[in-house]
Amino acid sequence: MADAPLIAARGISKQFAGVEVLSDVDLDLMAGEIHALLGENGAGKSTFAKILAGVHRPTRGTLALNGQPVEVNNPTTAQRLGITLIHQEPISFPDMSVAENLVLGRTDSALLGRVPWAEMEQGAKDLMTQLGVRIDVTKPMRGLSIADQQMVEIARALASDSRLIIMDEPTAPLTPKEVDTLFKIARRLRDEGRTIIFISHRLEEVQALCDRATIFRDGALVDTVDVVDVTDEDIIKLMIGRPLRELIHKTGSEIGEVALEVSGLSQPGMFKNISFSVRKGEIVGLAGLVGAGRTDVARAIFGVAPAQSGTINVNGAPVTIAEPSDAIDLGLAFVPEDRAVAGIFKTLSVEHNITATVPGKIAPRGFISRGIEKALTAQSVKQLRIRLASVRQPIGELSGGNQQKAILARWLHTDPQILILDEPTRGIDIGVKAEFYDMIGKLAADGRAILLISSELPELLALCDRILVMAEGELTADLLRADATQETIMHAAVPKTGNHAQESAA
Amino acid sequence: MTMQTETAKPTRDSADARPMWQVVLVRPEVMTFALLVGAFIIASNLSPFFSDAQFILESSTYYVEYSIIALVLTLVIISGEIDLSPAAMMALSACVFAALYQAGLPIGLAMIASLATGVLMGLFNGILVVVFKLPSIIVTIGTLTLYRGLAQVLAGDRSIGKFPQWFNGIDYRLILDVPVPVIVFVIISVALAAILGTTVIGRQIYQVGTSEIASIHAGIRVRRIKLGLFVAMGVASSIGGLLTASRLASVRYDMATGGELQMVLMVMLGGTYIFGGRGSILGTFLASWLLVIIATGMTVANIAITAQLIVMGALLIISIIATNAIYARTQR
Repeated sequence: MADAPLIAARGISKQFAGVEVLSDVDLDLMAGEIHALLGENGAGKSTFAKILAGVHRPTRGTLALNGQPVEVNNPTTAQRLGITLIHQEPISFPDMSVAENLVLGRTDSALLGRVPWAEMEQGAKDLMTQLGVRIDVTKPMRGLSIADQQMVEIARALASDSRLIIMDEPTAPLTPKEVDTLFKIARRLRDEGRTIIFISHRLEEVQALCDRATIFRDGALVDTVDVVDVTDEDIIKLMIGRPLRELIHKTGSEIGEVALEVSGLSQPGMFKNISFSVRKGEIVGLAGLVGAGRTDVARAIFGVAPAQSGTINVNGAPVTIAEPSDAIDLGLAFVPEDRAVAGIFKTLSVEHNITATVPGKIAPRGFISRGIEKALTAQSVKQLRIRLASVRQPIGELSGGNQQKAILARWLHTDPQILILDEPTRGIDIGVKAEFYDMIGKLAADGRAILLISSELPELLALCDRILVMAEGELTADLLRADATQETIMHAAVPKTGNHAQESAA
Repeated sequence: MTMQTETAKPTRDSADARPMWQVVLVRPEVMTFALLVGAFIIASNLSPFFSDAQFILESSTYYVEYSIIALVLTLVIISGEIDLSPAAMMALSACVFAALYQAGLPIGLAMIASLATGVLMGLFNGILVVVFKLPSIIVTIGTLTLYRGLAQVLAGDRSIGKFPQWFNGIDYRLILDVPVPVIVFVIISVALAAILGTTVIGRQIYQVGTSEIASIHAGIRVRRIKLGLFVAMGVASSIGGLLTASRLASVRYDMATGGELQMVLMVMLGGTYIFGGRGSILGTFLASWLLVIIATGMTVANIAITAQLIVMGALLIISIIATNAIYARTQR
């Protein structure tokens, strides 16, 4: 490492609408290091990264690049200074080719100048070779996987010879193999003397990849540590300011009759021959990689996109679920994965969001009773500890965890007997996660059947009585909790194309 | 249920609630109301007629058919769709009425047939949007041409008239000094405002317009609501067509040509959000009167029809900008 830092941030503070989200951050980033930024959602790590990349301007504080004070007023300036932010879901022009996307934003040619197609393509190919990835640069971006789109963004950073590359949760949408490739490339870039900021929630990745880590909490920098010197436990303690409680769901709830049974559920191109059952009081996990078809199965059961063939039994009787209202009438509830799109009504009040599933309750005689609606909402706010300024404020103003609590509250009002929870804790602070685990455990203890879809294996292992695994649209394992480990689950989750040996009879 | 407590968590779990005065005052209907007052003051200076309520009520009968349909259109736009075919639906349902009456059908039955035509036309729009999942703007641009074409086939190039005396001139019939069409408008305004503000259907119209996907996931019967709204458009258009037939004492295929744009203008001026999820009947109600005063005022002030179009167009753009700005400010 060089002696002088590549970037020296001093007293960086940022206010949004009078709220200080970042206060007095001093941080030195060295050339040739991979530096993790850690912290709960809203702790300030992303805001800090965006200030470096010129997306936000600091309210106070200074930045120096190689000892020279600089002002990074916008992303273009950042680019010129050699700072690139790589988005989690890359922003690109899906109908343009990879090569065209690579030269976007470069302003070194005249407005009406000739486009040097051949050179452009050759340059793009060289970059891909340099990265050691095989991507056809003449193909449109649309067809690429998210991993490959990220590679294109990294290639773009290289093309503009960036010295600081900021990766904001790059691994969230990737498969383990793609993560490996990304790490290899990140290490290579570091060895070339570039600096990488790596933002992630996954501590094991930080341990595997990063040299140093800086932990944020409540908008302040808590500590910067050498990764080799600390354990995950230490980092969590710094992140949440207290030791993490045991998250394991201990209440061994009583397991009763079969509540939900699906058999032979198939939807061409999405999933086939899915059969399993969930009993009352049981928490059944559904593991698998992104794209394995887990969400499609959940949507089919709930009637959002019914399956083409197969049967569903509820409490032993065959049922037809053509649309979600049928499912609700049968006592099902579904907390969808994509909260922002399929869960909340962003601009409507918390109150209207919470009572959306129970029109009959709030309007017993056809007209909505403000009194009943208020009472139902107050009950939810108290029961689930939803933190808000007012139940009449738009739900979009709440934090992710509190939005998710409101969505769960919406379903608890229907008194569901079967709950399908799709990634219920994604993007939620660790503290609130613990509350969710507790709630899920209690719901099962009340005798409700729960199907829990999650990509976080520790979460599944902590909560579930049984874990199903899907790969490429098929069920590949049905493991009892005692038999389930991260290894057995991953083994069943990784696609083995052309070899569907381990089909389990559920 | 008791939850784990000691989440001595930092504050920013939500933004602060907006103060009450902002909730009440910073909303698009206030803009509409201010424009209405402004227009009234200017118009009163142009002509002393405007201090006479009777004059305003009489003038309003030229627009009130559009206003009635604009009320229903408000619901459609809040639900996230649009219907550009109502003027054509007015023409076709009125032509059906006139042609059947002329063919010897009793006038009552001809009116029922006209309403049924409205239901069918609305149903057709609705099915194309809901079942075939086509964008409503394209569907209704298509059917506006289709319905107008059918009206022309049915009525040809002539006026159909000679209705019984009692049918004609509904705009001159007064109840408590108020023309009947205006009374119809007020009653429908109150009814729709009540539905939108106090019933589950009203609530769900907002929810569907805010997020169709979230609505589906919450078990709201989105297709049924949208289909119902398109049918309601057909019925309202048919009522509008009959009122127009009565006012003009005749029917031609080109009745209300271009009227759909006036209706959209009323809804937009009333602060309803073009992308759905937000808006109110009160806004459209106020905007209807605003339009009456502006249009009549310009006529009284001898402003040429061509210049009037410029004012209307400018108003539409200003209202959309203002509405967007207000929503952007109040809902982050």
